[in-house]
Parts: sequence; C-alpha cells; structure tokens
Amino acid sequence: MSTQTLTPKLSTHDLNFYYGKFHALKNISLSIPSGKVTAFIGPSGCGKSTLLRTFNRMYELYPKLRAEGEIHLDGQNILDPSQDLNLLRARIGMVFQKPTPFPMSIYDNVAYGIKLYERLPKFEMDQRVEWALKKAALWNEVKDKLNQNGASLSGGQQQRLCIARGIAVKPDVLLLDEPCSALDPISTARIEELINELKSDYTIVIVTHNMQQAARVSDYTAYMYLGELIEYGDTDKIFTNPTRKETEDYITGKFG
Amino acid sequence: MSSYNDNLEKKFAAGEAVIAPAGFSLQSNTKESHAMSMANKRKVNLGAFLDKIFRNSTMLFAFLVFSTMFAIMATLFIASLPALKVFGSSFFLSDAWNPVTVQFGGLVPIFGTLVTAAIAMLIGIPVSFGIAMFITELSPTWLKRPLGIAIELLAGIPSIIYGMWGLFVFAPFFADHGQPWINDHLGSLPFIGVIFEGPAMGIGMLTAGIILAIMVIPFTSSVMRDVFEVVPPMLKESAYGLGATTWEVLRNIVLPYTKIGVVGGIMLGLGRALGETMAVTFVIGNAHELSASLLMPGNTISSALANEFTEAVGDVYTSSLITLGMTLFVITFIVLAFAKLLLIRLSAREGKQS
Amino acid sequence: MSNFNNRRYMGRRLTNAFTIGLSVVTVVFALTFLVWILWTLFSNGLSYLSMDVFTKNTPPPGNSGGLLNAITGSLYMVTVATLIGTPIGIMAGTYLAEFGKDGWLAPATRFINDILLSAPSIVIGLFVYEVAVHRIGHFSGWAGAIALSLIVLPVVVRTTENMLQLVPSNLREAASALGSPQWKVVTMVVYRAARAGMLTGLLLAVARISGETAPLLFTALNNQFFSADLNGPMASLAVVIFQFAMSPYEDWQHLAWAGALLITLFVLGLNILARFVFRPGPASN
Repeated sequence: MSTQTLTPKLSTHDLNFYYGKFHALKNISLSIPSGKVTAFIGPSGCGKSTLLRTFNRMYELYPKLRAEGEIHLDGQNILDPSQDLNLLRARIGMVFQKPTPFPMSIYDNVAYGIKLYERLPKFEMDQRVEWALKKAALWNEVKDKLNQNGASLSGGQQQRLCIARGIAVKPDVLLLDEPCSALDPISTARIEELINELKSDYTIVIVTHNMQQAARVSDYTAYMYLGELIEYGDTDKIFTNPTRKETEDYITGKFG
Repeated sequence: MSSYNDNLEKKFAAGEAVIAPAGFSLQSNTKESHAMSMANKRKVNLGAFLDKIFRNSTMLFAFLVFSTMFAIMATLFIASLPALKVFGSSFFLSDAWNPVTVQFGGLVPIFGTLVTAAIAMLIGIPVSFGIAMFITELSPTWLKRPLGIAIELLAGIPSIIYGMWGLFVFAPFFADHGQPWINDHLGSLPFIGVIFEGPAMGIGMLTAGIILAIMVIPFTSSVMRDVFEVVPPMLKESAYGLGATTWEVLRNIVLPYTKIGVVGGIMLGLGRALGETMAVTFVIGNAHELSASLLMPGNTISSALANEFTEAVGDVYTSSLITLGMTLFVITFIVLAFAKLLLIRLSAREGKQS
Repeated sequence: MSNFNNRRYMGRRLTNAFTIGLSVVTVVFALTFLVWILWTLFSNGLSYLSMDVFTKNTPPPGNSGGLLNAITGSLYMVTVATLIGTPIGIMAGTYLAEFGKDGWLAPATRFINDILLSAPSIVIGLFVYEVAVHRIGHFSGWAGAIALSLIVLPVVVRTTENMLQLVPSNLREAASALGSPQWKVVTMVVYRAARAGMLTGLLLAVARISGETAPLLFTALNNQFFSADLNGPMASLAVVIFQFAMSPYEDWQHLAWAGALLITLFVLGLNILARFVFRPGPASN
C-alpha cells in the first residue's frame, strides 16, 4: 500500500481490543501517515470508533475494556503502562459525535486545555485563543462575545468551538469521531472545509458513517468490518477500484 | 380534551365508524354503525362528564396540598400570639427561659439550631462531595452498588437510632477520645480557641452537629452522585481528551455543569439538619444557656419542643414553644424556598442558553 | 506544548492524587459510622430481644415487660396514615403530572410540596396538636395518624408525579386514539405503566413514617396499656423508645434497644423491598 512509503505518525501492530469477553478489534495493523487525513469507514459496530479511541486510550475510563498489541506514536509505544495518560492525551486532540462545549465561556473553553500545560501571560493567551478560533473558522462569529457561555452557540458553531479547543493545545494528531453526525448539511460542509485546511498542520483521523464524507475529505481510507481491517489504502482507489469484494459491496451500497 | 371531543363530533357528523372508547363494549358492525354512533355519542358525553369530575377532583386535592402550608403557617401564628403579645419581638433576642417567672425568649434554641446545622454542613458538604466523587469517578464497578446501598442504609436508619447511639456510644467515646484533644489543641488557639474550650462531657452542640452531619451525608451525597452521573460521558471525555486529571474534570467540568443539583443537595441537607429532632434531643444536653463553646450543652428549637412541649403548663409557656416551632418552620421555609427559587432561576437561564 | 511546564504538571498530578486520597477518606469515614451504628444496634438489640417483647405490654419501671402495645399502636397509626395520605397524594400528583400543564396551581403546589417534603416533622406535630388535640382536648391515635399522613402526603405526591412523567406520552396518545376518555387513560393505562414506581414511593413513605418520632410526641402521646382505640392516646414504638432510652431505668433502656432493632429492621426491610419492587428502567409496565 502506498501509505507505507510515507512517514507514519501513528501505527498499530497486531492490535486487539476486548469489551470484557467480546473481541472488538482483531489483529489490526495499519499506519497512519503524517500530515494527511485518514478516514475509518464501515457499518455500525465494526470497531471504527473503538479503534479511534485506542489512540488516546480513552477506553481506560471504563472498566473491563482492554487493548493488546502495540500502538506507536512517533515510534513510541503508547500502550506501554509507563506512558503518562494525561501527556498522551495532550498530544492527541479529540472531537466527538456531538458538540461538547464545557460549562464556561467561549474564551475559557479554548483556554482550558492550554492552561493545563502552559503558563502564558494574558496577551499571549489572548493571541493563542484568537489563533485557535481563527484556525477553526469561528473567530469572526464569536470575537464580540467571547465571554458568553459556550452553550449559547449554535450546534455547528459549538462543534467548531470544540475543534478550536482541540487544536489550541497544538496537538500532533486530531481524532474526529463522527464530528458531523449531529450537524445540519451547511454546518457539515463548513467542518469539512475546515478539515481540509487543518491537514497541513495536523495528522487527522476521522471516523465517519458517511461514505461521501470520507471520499470528500480523506487521503486514505480504511474499511472495517466486524472488528477486522478489510482494506486500507488511497481513498481514490478504495472508492473507485477496491481490491476486496466486501469493500466494493459496502461502497456500492449492496450491504451496510 | 375538548379538541378530542370536537374531533369525535366531526367524525360522527361525517358518519364515520368510530371505535368505542376502551372499556365500553366493543363491537364493529358496519351495518349498525349509525345506530352505534348515536349510542356512543351519549357515552362520550358521559365520558366527558367523568373526565371533568376526575380532573377537578385531582385539582381539588392538589389545592389541598397547596393550602396545607398556609394552614400550618396560620395555625402556628395564631397559637404563637399569646406569647408574642407578652414578649413582642424581643422574644427573639432574649435568652431568658424561666417557666417559674414565666419569662421566655427564643435566642438560645434559635442559636443552637443554627450552630448545630452549621457544624453539620461544615462536615457534611465536603464528605458528601468526596463520597459522590468516589462513587462516580473512582470506584471500580463492582463496588459502586454495594457503596450505594450502604449510603442508602445510612439514610434509612431512623433518626431515633442515631440519637440512642449518640447518647450511649458516641458521646462517651467522644468525651474520652475526641474532646480532650480538641481542648488541648484547638482550645489554646487565639480568638477562636474559646469555641473549643469546655468540659469533656460528651454531649453538647459539637456532638449534636457531628451526628447531624452523619445524618445529612447520605442525602447530600446521593443527590450529588445522581447529578454527577447525568453529566454526558462525552463531555467528560472531552476534558480527559485534553489531558485533564480526574480532579480537574470534576472541578472544572462536572461541578459547574451540575451546580444546580449540588446546591439543591446541600439545601436539602441543610433543611434536614435544621429540623432534625430526635437525634439532637438525645445529645444536645437540653440547657437553656447561651455559650460560646461548642463543647457546652445547649438547645435547639426542635429538641426544646420534644423535651418540654407535653409538660409545658400555662398558655404563655405553650405559646412560647409554638412560637419557636413557627420560627423553625419559617427558617426552613426560607432555606428551602431560596434553594428552589435559585434552582428555578438557574435552570431558566440554562434553558435559554441551550 | 511549546511552553510545556513540567513543574506545573507535577503540581497538577499531586493535587489529583491528594484529592483522590481525600475522597477515599470520606468514604471510609461514612462507612465507619454505618458499621459502628449497626453493630451497636445489633449487639444491644439482639441481647435484649425476647418473646416477651412481642407478647407483653410496656412495663412500669423496674418490672419486666414487652412492647406489644407500642408495636400494635405503631401498626395502627402507620396503616391509617398511609390510607389517608396515599389517595390524596396520588390524586394531587396526578394533577401535577397530567392536568396542571398551564395555570398557577401546579407550579405553586409543586413548590409547596417540595418544601413540605423537607419540612421539620416536629412542626407537623405542633400543627396537628393545635388542630386535632388542643381543640378536642385530648391526645389521640387519630391525631398521630393525621400527623403521619401529612408526612406521607408529599412523598406520594412527588413520586406519583415523577413516575407519571416517566410514562411515555405516546402511550397516552395511543390510548386516547382508541377513543378512551382521559380519566380512563390515566387510571387504566398511565397508572398501570407507572405502578411499580408509585408502589416504590409508597413503600419508602411507609418506611419513613415507621421511624418517625417527633410528630407523635404531641399527638398520639403514649399509652402504657394496650389500646386499639384511635380516639384515645396511643403508644408507638418510636415514642416508647425515646421515653425508655432517656429514662434512668436499665430495664427500660434494654427494651428501648430491642425496640430500636425492631424498628430499624422494619424500616430497612421496607427499603430493600422497595428496591426489589422497582427495577429502574422504562420496562416497568
């Protein structure tokens, strides 16, 4: 596959994942190239979100979930028990299915993650917040109401606020877990534009159930089914000329 | 309801077959549909009539509940008049309590009520918060349920049991192991030392406050736990995703998100602490003396009532006690009403935002 | 991450560890008291519990006796209080959940009811004393039952309203769509769907009044003898425990422990039963 010729940012090696006894991910090995958008597609329950959530070990919040194998971030195994969770998560930003503005002002939402790790003078913090909001294409809409509660924004704006919050800490990787599933088409289009702009600076991994979206925004696509990685490669190739029959069936809508 | 009937009328007018209301005989015979619809019309009118009766009687009982509060307030006020006529408003500022000379004032029990409740909240709020934090964020799953049940057990124990345990077990223990230490270490502090100085008798306002705290904890902590658990997991994950620690997620995300419920839980606990009778009556010492020291016996409104009301002789004595009861009712009313209004205002604001 | 501040991060981790430690301490604190209280109660209660407790009436000081009159008195008054408070509470709760969508009465009643729910029970006792004892001239089981019913009432109102609101509105619509009048929709469909929850509320209300002492002190008072007459003073377990425990007589104190164990077992038993009746979730119809 062509992805192997690029520098991998994240790579999994024989990754297995269990919900108690349920085997949710089976021997996943793939590498996610740096500075590109990689999409995970597949029917509900195929494990695409589970895979995404292993990258920042979010599953560890819940009992009985465990991952086996290795995940390398810049060559370092992040599943190693000695890996500091908080520092890992600070390097990997995440945006969820629904907007999750924190119960605080728009400004504080963006500044929150920065304050966790950096001590910045006021004007630098202001600059950083502005920078993040501009990156997330939200600045013009909120610059006059930075002190308003984050929940006062519309759904699409809230989701862009969450993206701004995620990139404000300058992570290496941005994980997007069906970021548009709760949004209207116009907001979805804006987020997709945003993803295109952000990929020059970040390695982006997006989970989506919307195949058109995967085709529009991603450079590489992984098709998953029942916890297995069926096919992974160039998005163009996956959507026009898939190698595997299963992928073709799913893409053409014969199944799923 | 009226629109429902209107619709039905229209259907009848159009000669449509209408299924009989559930519970009435249900036949579907198209030939007889016209005759049936006439019969149904009469039944529907009866149904509407019964609806009205049902609706109005529920309203009547709701009004009864509504008016209970005013009945209590008015009754207690009228019964307090004999005392208020004699002592006037100075009743609330006087520390006199002498059945022989018929001199009564409410200062001591009112003070005792407020002080014991304050001690209870001082201990109860942080402990409840810690328990709620443990159950929602830290506890392994297998421990959550047993812990929840244990806390509920604590809430289920009748207050009189707390009182007996307090009098026979905790007070002697506290006199031997707690109060001497408090005397030695806190009693010598400048300024605030005086509130920790006193004989190690076991009973007193501090003991009552501690027992009240234990009684308040299950209420406050289970409200806090419940509201912490409604925080969307995704919201918490977002904060964890930025690298926040458990404590930071709780402090910066969960607590602001749930402040309404937390305040509600605290107020519920405060209301209980203010009005609790039996547990306090056993250990407060029933002394009508104003004392700066928390180790000294005192009195609360409810324990004064429990101890003295049935033995009170004379209108003024009885009426003075009822005045105390009314005061307690007013204080708890203010606390609880304040909490409710605050919650309504906050939730209205939240509603506007989202 | 450009200005990553390691000292800041170490400080955050330390704060986190410290608060987690404190949280564990609070749990241990509460559990210690629970175990301590229950252990005291069982060790004392069991050693003074005997058949006499159930077969003999309360004795004068220095004599042996039991708690028969107190137990029956409590049962009488709790039963009557529940019979008075429940229907009124269900009706009022129904109004709040089903009919009071507009107008001032429902929000006002909800507000008042929430306050009554936490109102000091001793004040309820005072109120009933003024209304049902002072006027009539003597203490009575009826007065005790009325006082307890005023404590049952807000609990039933609240749980009824909450449980009815849990019933999905399309169930009501489905019943109405069949042409059922609203009173039948409520009594035959909605109540049935909310049955388990309402029953739980009722059990919890009964548990609550079973242990209540304060409202009985000035209403039912006490009665040294067996009495089934609600028109006269009536003994109750809680009041007898209070009187005996505060007395200087050891026999009485022993009986108080036995009674305390009984009352706690009864109340906790009801609580457990309530848990069994109500399995949370919408599938309770």
